Amino acid sequence: MTELPPPAPGRTRIVLAEVARGRRASTEFAEQSPVGDALLRGLVRTQLGHALRFAAVVLVGLGGLPLLFALAPSVAGARPLGVSLPWLLLGVAAFPFLYGVGALYVRIVERTEQEFTDLVKRPD
Amino acid sequence: MSHNPYALPAILAVTAVTVVIGAYGLRLVRTTSDLLVASRSVSPRWNAAAIGGEYLSAASFLGVAGLILRNGVDMLWYPVGFAAGYLALLLFVAAPLRRSGAFTLPDFCELRLGSTPLRKLSAAFVIFIGWLYLVPQFQGAGLTLQTVTGGPYLVGSLLVAAVVTGNVALGGMRAITFVQAFQYWLKLTALAVPVLFLVLHWQAQGRPAVTPPSGNTFAAATTVHFDSSAVLTVTTPTTVTVASEPVRLGTGDHTFPAGTDVTFPAGAMVPSVAEAATGDGWLLPGTGSGGLFAAYSLIFATFLGTMGLPHVLVRFYTNPDGAAARRTTLVVLGLVGMFYLFPTLYGVLGRVYAPSLLLTGETDAVVLVLPGLALGGGIAGELLGALVAAGAFAAFLSSSSGLLTSVAGVLSSDLLGRGSARSHASSVRGFRIAALVAGVVPFVLAMRVATLDVSLVVGLAFAVAASSFCPLLVLGIWWRGLTDFGAAAGILVGGGGAVAAVLLTFLGQTGTGLLATLLHYPGAWTVPLAFAVMVGVSLATRRRVPSTVAVTMLRLHAPDALRPRTP
Repeated sequence: MTELPPPAPGRTRIVLAEVARGRRASTEFAEQSPVGDALLRGLVRTQLGHALRFAAVVLVGLGGLPLLFALAPSVAGARPLGVSLPWLLLGVAAFPFLYGVGALYVRIVERTEQEFTDLVKRPD
Repeated sequence: MSHNPYALPAILAVTAVTVVIGAYGLRLVRTTSDLLVASRSVSPRWNAAAIGGEYLSAASFLGVAGLILRNGVDMLWYPVGFAAGYLALLLFVAAPLRRSGAFTLPDFCELRLGSTPLRKLSAAFVIFIGWLYLVPQFQGAGLTLQTVTGGPYLVGSLLVAAVVTGNVALGGMRAITFVQAFQYWLKLTALAVPVLFLVLHWQAQGRPAVTPPSGNTFAAATTVHFDSSAVLTVTTPTTVTVASEPVRLGTGDHTFPAGTDVTFPAGAMVPSVAEAATGDGWLLPGTGSGGLFAAYSLIFATFLGTMGLPHVLVRFYTNPDGAAARRTTLVVLGLVGMFYLFPTLYGVLGRVYAPSLLLTGETDAVVLVLPGLALGGGIAGELLGALVAAGAFAAFLSSSSGLLTSVAGVLSSDLLGRGSARSHASSVRGFRIAALVAGVVPFVLAMRVATLDVSLVVGLAFAVAASSFCPLLVLGIWWRGLTDFGAAAGILVGGGGAVAAVLLTFLGQTGTGLLATLLHYPGAWTVPLAFAVMVGVSLATRRRVPSTVAVTMLRLHAPDALRPRTP
């Protein structure tokens, strides 16, 4: 969960290189020129990638539990600390897990947006 | 069961505070936009507490503990899913939705796909989901008042319906933001403080086993009143008292007619009933009805349903920008997750101290009666019992307010209204009439429809939301290819399938076997179906992709600092 790919995709930067020769990127972006649209598509793809990756973490981490319990009854019957493991996982651990995933996601997408903003607003 | 003298004053106090804060807010209402969206001037922390307060309904406060008491570990997917729904909302919807400027789901349809018929269709779904969710709130209020004061069922429902309808009609969103935030903290306190005493009491008693190998026993002599007839299976012969006469119950099934009072002595084995899980069936996962399919259906419905709940979405508009919407959602996830640590404890301790609820089937009352049953009839048990009753009322009042505001907003602007040309005064009047309609219909339904478990009904509302609005939002936000035809087809097939399953469940016409499982737990088939139909029909009607899609995508996804000026 910690090793995430660098946010801004290479494609965006190539487009920007062309932009730098002519008009300001922020103008392209606001005016919905083909260049601006390409910038936006890159951003949307990056952000969707983040969302899907984090969703996959939850899908495996939590969504895999019913299957795990069904396939490995000994896991379902384990009693660490004298409490049944499924109760500990679903009754307690699930909530800090969800919050942690959410907090990490917010940090990453905010960084992506900041880098994108810096890129587009870069002075000529 | 004796009635708690402090409960009614506590309930009335919560109701009075709700009305007073509502009235305070009312003085600040100046325009229609104040009435509907709190003028976007609510600070994030208040906003997050308000969202949490609005979200934690009767299902969370009463229903989750009741289901856990009866069915055990499989029911933990409800609280986990109710919390995880906010993560899905955060990942896929929060920031873009706020940036879109849409205030309701029908607004989003209009803005993204520019289709009026689609707007009306989604308005109909908002109203259906809102009413489906309101019915158990009003029923929970009736149950609570009946349980803690012995008063008639009708009074509790009427009290909540009247206060909420009046508050929403007069104060609108601005007023209820403060009420909701206050009620989140009240609900958390009302569960956390009593459970602390309950756990200490359980410790002091030498931690009686929750699932003793030989089965649960009555901790104290217990009189069980059967409102409807019940079949009890006795495994250890017991002598009970029926109508002051000792009756020996041998091993086997015993039928008690409705209206019977049966007194079990302290230490007697708790008989089992067909509906409640026992032993390993309660303790271990995957043993309940429906098995894996039911678990995954619940996961689908609750993880993906939250984003489609009308009263949740409305709140996002009160954030100043997309980044704030994201941060608010994260805070809500934390607040809601913290809350859900507690209902489980009530369900578990209920196995030890409130087994009589299993016999009568009134498991939804476990949170209300547990302090009294565990701590005895002393003042501590009564005060704590009054606190949970007050918290329960806070839950009914806050959730109903949010739902009613959304349903009334959609009713007044999409179904009763005549366009946007109306004057300010007439649109406020229209909203107030709509609030009245929005409140009366579910109240009448609550009185007439059979009581199902609170959480089951709410779970069905989640399934409908997950099969209609979740694909609409996710595809609408992330996929340029969505068309109005595709969206409508997906909502009709997926959402319609879920609605049909809900109605058949209500009518008790679900049959048996596989069909019954599919209808009781629709999420696992209706959600993928809705996505598939939406994508398939959109691809087939590709030329209907709106020409404005690039502008809309810019509006949804441009970081706040780069946003072109939009309202």
